[in-house]
Amino acid sequence: MKQTLIAASLVLATIAGSALAADQFIPIPSYRVGPYASGGAKFYGGMIDYLNYVNMKEGGVGGVKLTYEECETEYKNDRGVECYERLKAKNGGASAFNFMSTGITYAVMDRAEKDQIPLMTMGFGRADAQDGRAFKYTFPLITSYWSQATAKIQFIGQRLGGMDKLRGKKIVNLYHGSAYGKETIPVLDAMATKHGFELKHIEVPAPGTEQQSQWLDIRREQPDFVVLRSWGVMTPAALKSAQRVGYPREQIVSNWWGGSEEDAIAAGDAAKGYIAGSFALDGKQFPLIQDIEKVVYGAGKGNLSDKGYIGTVNYNRGVVSGLLMVEAIRAAQKKYGAKTLTGDQVRWGMENINIDAKRQKALGVSDMFPQVRTSCQNHEGSGYTRFMQWDGKDWKPVSGWIKADTSITQPLIKASVEKYVKEKGITLRNCNAEK
Amino acid sequence: MFYRESGQFKSSYAADSAIFTIAQDRVFIAALLALSFVAVPGLASDYLLSGILIPFLILSLAALGLNILTGYAGQLSLGSAAFMAVGAFATYNFMVRLPGMPLLLALLLGGLCAALVGVAFGLPSLRIKGFYLAVATLAAQFFIEWVFTKFGWFSNYSSSGVISAPAMQIFGYPIDTPASKYLLTLSIVAFMALAAKNMARASIGRAWMAVRDMDVAAEVIGIPMLRTKLLAFAISSFYCGVAGALYAFVLLGTVDAQAFDLHRSFQILFMIIIGGVGSILGSFLGAAFIVLLPICLNLIGQVFHGAISTQFLANLEMMLFGGLIIFFLIVEPHGLARLWQITKEKLRVWPFPH
Repeated sequence: MKQTLIAASLVLATIAGSALAADQFIPIPSYRVGPYASGGAKFYGGMIDYLNYVNMKEGGVGGVKLTYEECETEYKNDRGVECYERLKAKNGGASAFNFMSTGITYAVMDRAEKDQIPLMTMGFGRADAQDGRAFKYTFPLITSYWSQATAKIQFIGQRLGGMDKLRGKKIVNLYHGSAYGKETIPVLDAMATKHGFELKHIEVPAPGTEQQSQWLDIRREQPDFVVLRSWGVMTPAALKSAQRVGYPREQIVSNWWGGSEEDAIAAGDAAKGYIAGSFALDGKQFPLIQDIEKVVYGAGKGNLSDKGYIGTVNYNRGVVSGLLMVEAIRAAQKKYGAKTLTGDQVRWGMENINIDAKRQKALGVSDMFPQVRTSCQNHEGSGYTRFMQWDGKDWKPVSGWIKADTSITQPLIKASVEKYVKEKGITLRNCNAEK
Repeated sequence: MFYRESGQFKSSYAADSAIFTIAQDRVFIAALLALSFVAVPGLASDYLLSGILIPFLILSLAALGLNILTGYAGQLSLGSAAFMAVGAFATYNFMVRLPGMPLLLALLLGGLCAALVGVAFGLPSLRIKGFYLAVATLAAQFFIEWVFTKFGWFSNYSSSGVISAPAMQIFGYPIDTPASKYLLTLSIVAFMALAAKNMARASIGRAWMAVRDMDVAAEVIGIPMLRTKLLAFAISSFYCGVAGALYAFVLLGTVDAQAFDLHRSFQILFMIIIGGVGSILGSFLGAAFIVLLPICLNLIGQVFHGAISTQFLANLEMMLFGGLIIFFLIVEPHGLARLWQITKEKLRVWPFPH
């Protein structure tokens, strides 16, 4: 039994691997089944649509066609590792992986370092990975959890009419009872010390469906704002419980995991007025999204089963993910020439992404996501977050792009990196010596 | 025909009590071991080794652990993943906090920590049975996961609650290639499987089975309930703990407590149900079924890539997987191991069944 299964999978692996090798291969570790399928299908749909769009519009990047292959991870760590191993060496080697899952990313970080394949952790993953000297192959592009937490507090400051107004205010941090949920506690504590507001941490046990007692606590505390660090089912449950205890949703600010249509619609009218962070705006008003609809869906090559999902938050995030990957390949091609690039060469490209306002305009994505400029040392490249409010039907922006408070995040990152380096027994890269 | 035993006589007690009494079985096992120890690491690709075989072996070990507790001793448990977590976090702390700690010793100590925790959560088994015990072990699952998330000490105050494995070596030989990781895992799993097989055949295994079949009767004939049940919990948790440590260190390298959630416990429980409750072979067959089949289905699905929408394909795989589980449970409710046994019986008399 065991042998036949292994033999069968060997044979199949060779069949599936017999594609052209002269192209640039982008692995798509998607999740279209399982608990997060609705978000995953849109995200990876957007990413695939963008790759097809580049192929159809420009014939690939610098004449090198982009190829991709999907592998179903079901948002599970072990399946993710299997997908990573399956796709990493295919068709001339994987360019970069974006798992859209913190767990899987952690699970393959060591392997990616060894195989020299960059991991894109756009908006999620280890916040300290933005230090490219220690995390050579991990890229928390645009915004990390820590950057976002500081942006949340700054946004609240804006709402109150100035950061000095935060003094003496009370903020509750309602967090998911997991490693993910606890990750921002030190950042928020540092913000509380800096701006002199009172901070109270309240934990919601995973998965977060039961929040009755937590919200009764919140009602007793009467905080000025609730900072929500939620995930999955916890978001709609929090909004419904808030409605039940009569806490105004206009004073609830979540991070981007709570900021998609799926999160808000599930809470019904309890979500109206609720605010969430974002690193890629939704909507079809961007020329690029309109052009994708025209070119890719016009030719019947669209990946989404329902065209109506074009322009949703998760779809647009997927497009941005594809776009950043392609921009990294473009940057790398400038150095290494228009040919099939290795993972390490794409890594160089990812460290030299420069999407300024002009480039954004050329790509048709002005103001869709913040400007990104990465370097060897800075793998985040931006650190900006924008906040949106759910009006019952759509997300509406309620702030500009807010920059992370680096005076808070940098010392924490430094301490965390030092510990990581010591534990792993590695030495930091010298970014000045590398070109 | 293939399993004919005629002419094979047992002339000593040792031969009578051997694990594999039939020569064909011995040849098969020897060939399998030779294949997996010599041929596979040399020939198999990195993908096969670290994407398929290592996770399969590690989860087989966890299933083996649960099979000792549930299959042999009859104590239903939903806490296997929690005991895996204890093993992983304990091994990590031994390695990080005591510099120079040898990997194998850290694994052993990690397993022992899991065994201790297992005994603690096994105490209710002295008073409650069956589904009620399952609920009690469920408490272990939630409690342990919570402890590792709540108290930063266990993850060395890592900001993201993630533990990352330091570089591993055994007797100065670095464990960093897929082949060396595979060989390490295989050696540990093979050794522990042999130990489990022998335990099941020895007096302790007979005591477990007596307790499983009727604990009152077992007590009447003089089997100490406390010792037998707690030993089952300890040994089972030891196996799970080592599996958890291997999962964290050899397979992933970095892991957080959520990797050992209730889903993992269920996954291991399903492995032994499908593979065969109370069978060493069943643990491996069950792990193969649960780990390898979805991957095979996904690979087969890739052949149709482009022809059918990926969305539909992904869901179809799930449906097929579910269908196959039901199919095998209807064909043989006692699991794949029993199916294999029946096949062996048939092969023995084939082609003349009468």
